[in-house]
Amino acid sequence: MVEELLDKATKTAEVAEVLYHESTELPISFEANRMKSINARESSGMALRIVKDGRIGLGYSTKLSEPGDLDALVESAVESAQFGAEAKFTLPSTYTTNGVTIFDPAVEALTLDNLVALGTEALDLLRNHDREFLCDVGASKRVSNVRLLNSHGGGTEYRKSVVSLGASINLTRGEDLLDVWHYAVSCRAELEPQAVAQRIIRRVEDARHQGSVRTKHMPVLFTPQGLGSALMLPLRQAFNGKTVLQGASPLGERLGEQVFDEKLTIYDDGTIDHAVGSSPTDDEGIPLQRRALIENGYVRTFIYDLQTAGLAGAEPTGNGERSPNSLPAPGYHNGVVAPGSGGSLDDLIGGVDEGIVVEYAMGASMGNLFSGDFSGNVHLGYKIENGKLAGRVKDTMVAGNAYAALKNIAAIGSEPEWAGGSFYAPPILVADLSVSTREG
Amino acid sequence: MRERIEEALKQHTADYVEIRIEETRSTGITYRGKDLEEVGTTTQLGGNVRAAVNGGWGFVSFNRITDLREKVSQAVSQARLVGNEKTELVEVPPVQDVVRVSMQRDPWQVPLAEKKRLMDSYVEEIWRTPKIQTSTVGYGDGYRKQYYANSTGTYIEQERGRVTARFGVVARDNGNVQQSRAGFASSEDYSVVEGRHADVREAAEKAVAMLDAQPPKGGEFMVILDSTLAGVFAHEAFGHLSEADHVYENDKLREIMVLGRTFGGRFLNITDSGEVPGLTGSFAYDDEGVPTGKQYLIREGELVGRLHSRETAGKMNEAPTGNARAQSYSVPPLVRMRNTAIEPGETPLEDMLAEVKDGVYCKNWYGGQTSMEMFTFSCMEAYAIRDGKLAEPLRGVNLSGNVFTTLENIVAVGNDFAWDPAGGTCGKGGQSAPVGDGSPHVLISKCLVGGQ
Repeated sequence: MVEELLDKATKTAEVAEVLYHESTELPISFEANRMKSINARESSGMALRIVKDGRIGLGYSTKLSEPGDLDALVESAVESAQFGAEAKFTLPSTYTTNGVTIFDPAVEALTLDNLVALGTEALDLLRNHDREFLCDVGASKRVSNVRLLNSHGGGTEYRKSVVSLGASINLTRGEDLLDVWHYAVSCRAELEPQAVAQRIIRRVEDARHQGSVRTKHMPVLFTPQGLGSALMLPLRQAFNGKTVLQGASPLGERLGEQVFDEKLTIYDDGTIDHAVGSSPTDDEGIPLQRRALIENGYVRTFIYDLQTAGLAGAEPTGNGERSPNSLPAPGYHNGVVAPGSGGSLDDLIGGVDEGIVVEYAMGASMGNLFSGDFSGNVHLGYKIENGKLAGRVKDTMVAGNAYAALKNIAAIGSEPEWAGGSFYAPPILVADLSVSTREG
Repeated sequence: MRERIEEALKQHTADYVEIRIEETRSTGITYRGKDLEEVGTTTQLGGNVRAAVNGGWGFVSFNRITDLREKVSQAVSQARLVGNEKTELVEVPPVQDVVRVSMQRDPWQVPLAEKKRLMDSYVEEIWRTPKIQTSTVGYGDGYRKQYYANSTGTYIEQERGRVTARFGVVARDNGNVQQSRAGFASSEDYSVVEGRHADVREAAEKAVAMLDAQPPKGGEFMVILDSTLAGVFAHEAFGHLSEADHVYENDKLREIMVLGRTFGGRFLNITDSGEVPGLTGSFAYDDEGVPTGKQYLIREGELVGRLHSRETAGKMNEAPTGNARAQSYSVPPLVRMRNTAIEPGETPLEDMLAEVKDGVYCKNWYGGQTSMEMFTFSCMEAYAIRDGKLAEPLRGVNLSGNVFTTLENIVAVGNDFAWDPAGGTCGKGGQSAPVGDGSPHVLISKCLVGGQ
């Protein structure tokens, strides 16, 4: 069907590219301590991108089984090309299939019973720790096939398997609500319910007692998850080639300059085996690489898809990512923060006299991402007193500027971990941030 | 289609089965900066079967509408694996209905070239303002036709429409970058996106004006929220707590959210309605075939209702409200808000301002988030208030607090009212849904402002 659509499209267009995806997914969920639902999702769809009279056209459809459906898809792409942007790219002519390992037959072989057992084990571990926990658990497996082919013969095809296990607990005391969650995901059948449950239990125990915090400036230790929720979003925006092209990135003019603390190195890496953000190529057929965005504090590269790179006069970086119904745009694969020499999380806590740990900052992503200003409610965090955790902080906001914070790093931990599937980072201790709280 | 669906529903052994098939068509035009970035159309066809057996749910979704009966038995056998108690769904009288979309000015009758010309003119308008760094302009329209049937004898064909235009502006002066936005949405009239040049210009000028703003001091302040921000507050802070799926299996939250409890002053009324004409959170029937309506959540300060699916209403022994909504055919419905509002009170804005010695006037928003008892949202535009008068502009103002204390701290509700013309999109459980938020101005005696 891919070839058939490509043939039809190249009859009217100079260049054509077809992206076909199909996936089957089996998510099961437990709610309020018991199994709630089993879902089975099948989906498939085809995206057509063309260049006609030098302009880009796009169509996407999941209605593909009737005669005439493919012609209708070509027609909609041709119609949109009348008004489309001028094409500034050449699609690759290499067909890339090798490289990274993202398929594990053991994931494909997981049965419903296996997934139920994974979820049940996580649930039991949590419930056995504390009968007051109200737990939700989700386990899922997905197998997807992707085929990309363009009229120059370039493209890719790959199969990806993903298994995930997530759990959250709610603990309500009076009007005091505590929600703690953890989510693990991999392309390999390697998920440990024990590890997921342990992570949640540790956070709950650290948060079980109320700490006290005053409005002032203090060191703030971001766990990998906390880092992702508070400081990374402005950077993701600033390194995006589109933001740079529009002149809206505060880093746009600073390529090659030291902007961040020299301890900070961040990669975008699509070549990590078994990581959900990895694949042989991006969604335009450009092979993926590991690229330093920040190296020892220096701004090294921005990320581009083909069209954005063409407009900016920059090299494509293999970051053309798309949801099937829209054009490729710069997107990250796996964000990797290089470990430092600060030791374990406990070592980092041990070095702070008075400060807080941020596990998750709520709402920090909603600030003005362009300026780097952020301000988030510490949804889950703890007070540090004399090198020890001293209870949960609540009704507290942490605020600052992401650029200033990452220029003023006291230490980077030595033990990175995955947070949320495609972000791999150690904890980072920022020397000084504003913490405000409700008085009285 | 009706015959195929009803045929597939004929023989099954579940407590409840429903089939939902959807055809959708959508158009999008986006600009980044002065340049058109993308024009495209999407056509979708897909469906699902959902079944309940002994309190467990099975759900099967697909793009190929074949062998519906086989999909019914797959969903039923999945549900059977899960269930080990009683299916409790509230009873809803069966409905046979056909709901056609009635467009005042139909976006699908407007040629793509004309839509593009209109958006071109907005892009030009934005770029007349000096110090604009970049902008985004997005036009979208959508049409959805849904065939719904369930094993209680309901069959509904329902069409829905949507047209939106959204504008984001970024202004920059050296390292200082500020943004603002505007938007317009309707479920029934293309003309809401026409003739918006003055609004677009105002958004551009606001982004530039915010370049001169200062970050706020952190701490607790008296704040006035404008109607857009107060509407988001109603949605984020109270609306989510009123979604019964959060409450029905959480005994402790049930105690907190017990009907009859007082949450605020007698001037406080909060509603959720699916019947406001033209808003994108409105519809005739929800995705379980339940008629929509208007539900009071808080009336005269007292908790009087919440939002339900068939299951949560059944389990809590309350009346159905028609709040089960699914993003698309590929996912099961969740309990979602529709158009949520604080109803107007009696206090003029001037009287509120006069109350404030040292506080913040907060307008419009970038986003909001809640973790049940805690909420946070970020203001797009804010001003210090000193001795009852508006003073210097502030940037990066984030408000945060505990829902219960903040509701108690609402000391006045304005005599004005507006729905956010942009409409909203609410995310929950990985699904997004169009919603509406509205309110008059609101005065809060104490609210935590994040500062530097």
